[in-house]
Amino acid sequence: MRKKKSIEVNTQAVARNRRNFLKVGGLAIAGSGLLLASCNNDDDFTTPMEGLFDLGSGDTGVLNYAYALEQLEAAFYTNVLDGSYWAGANAEEKAVLEDLYNHEVNHREWFKAAINAIVTNPDERLPANLEFDFSGVDFSSRASVLATAQALEDTGVGAYNGAGIYIQTPAYLTLAGKIVSVEARHAAAIRTLINGDSDYKAFAGDDVVDTNGLDLAYSPTEVFDRAGAFIVTPFTYKKPMA
Amino acid sequence: MNIIKFLDEFTTEKLQAPMSSRREMFGQLGSISKKAAMMAVPFGLATLGSKAHAQEPGDIGAIFNLALTLEYLEAEFYMKALESNVLSGNAKARAIYEQISQHEDAHVAFLKNALGTNAIESPTFDFTVGGNFDPFMTKSSTSVDTAYTQLLILAQAFEDTGVRAYKGQAANLIGQGELLTAALQIHSVEARHASEIRRLRGLEGWITRNVTGIPDLQVDAANEGVALVYEGEQNTNQGGIDVAADIGTGNPFSVDASTQAYDEPMNGKTAGTIAGLFIVN
Repeated sequence: MRKKKSIEVNTQAVARNRRNFLKVGGLAIAGSGLLLASCNNDDDFTTPMEGLFDLGSGDTGVLNYAYALEQLEAAFYTNVLDGSYWAGANAEEKAVLEDLYNHEVNHREWFKAAINAIVTNPDERLPANLEFDFSGVDFSSRASVLATAQALEDTGVGAYNGAGIYIQTPAYLTLAGKIVSVEARHAAAIRTLINGDSDYKAFAGDDVVDTNGLDLAYSPTEVFDRAGAFIVTPFTYKKPMA
Repeated sequence: MNIIKFLDEFTTEKLQAPMSSRREMFGQLGSISKKAAMMAVPFGLATLGSKAHAQEPGDIGAIFNLALTLEYLEAEFYMKALESNVLSGNAKARAIYEQISQHEDAHVAFLKNALGTNAIESPTFDFTVGGNFDPFMTKSSTSVDTAYTQLLILAQAFEDTGVRAYKGQAANLIGQGELLTAALQIHSVEARHASEIRRLRGLEGWITRNVTGIPDLQVDAANEGVALVYEGEQNTNQGGIDVAADIGTGNPFSVDASTQAYDEPMNGKTAGTIAGLFIVN
């Protein structure tokens, strides 16, 4: 069997760099390798890093991976609804963000239940209480909240699209499909709220849809480049996840 | 091959039929192009022994030809919408249609390239559904408002159908590597489109239960088609877990939120029936 390289989401590096990077406008531009640190000694590295949870591989790996992202999204929107921007937002923005909160919390709880049902070994289930750090987001600021929402939704779309090839069970692929299209609906709505009359094409802009008409598809590394900045609880993942 | 016959035969049941009859059924379609076949090889039958997911090249050809049919439909629809005068006074709707049109054209090109010589030709479409509608305002008696309303309703139905149809085929593409990823990438683009068109109509970007958000169209076939587009969207059972009951109560788990949070797949037969409403031959 092929040896796998584990990658740790290095939260220390993240903590140092978060502020600078968020200042310039959100996750989407965060392609910094600093956010990840791969464990050294690739050659003989076949077991997860000691003391750290590993997402796993195959269906379990994808379920844990998606659960981590859904925990992140749900935690973000929970903060949004507790914040002063949302409290004073116009009716449309308020309604959209409340819907997104509902959907992401529902997704998060579905993954929790599904992983409990599917993954027989409790040690292989991603913990339910990942810790996140949103200190770089200004929840009183419309621009900060919506930019972060866009980055998270677009990243979610790319993450599910990129993870499809790792799913082995047809029913799970269909379930991922049920969720990813809702993330894409979210992304389009948020993009429209942000851009208003300045760019009517932003809902599916040329920055996310290529010349073949294909949407984002990210590897786990690309996803953690974008979302790792918020994740405090360290864990590792295998590359590739298959 | 006759497109209606093809769509008629495109049923999930037949896709799951024994290998020999599937070969027979898709014999006329032949196998997928060399390029696509090569893309599929590393993840093909050699690595997937299970009969349940075993893929014949012909299966993939049929799946991608169904997708191509839907893309032909959408591409021609948006092209004709932009050629008409219906959107000339509406910068926002025009820009949205331009962007979607660009994507649907790209999807047609992408799928034709993947299918190579096995790509079916475009059917002939009739977006008036037998003269009952006039979305492109070809008659002087049709007002811009009427045509615009019909144009948005059709776009919503096509996009929400596209999302469901691609989703319905995803599991049939397990083991197909880049082809699966590409199908997923098209799928989420259709979802972005659907969200935008729905919001342009004043709806939410997501689907609540099986609510169509489309008024009575006064034509039975059209009303039945609209109902089909949303049939099953009210499902709350996700992989054996009732997301409106088993994992919580209250708002994130209300039936409305629970059905919005998950889009439901559509089988090939239903997608074919919906497309067939607009296909003349």
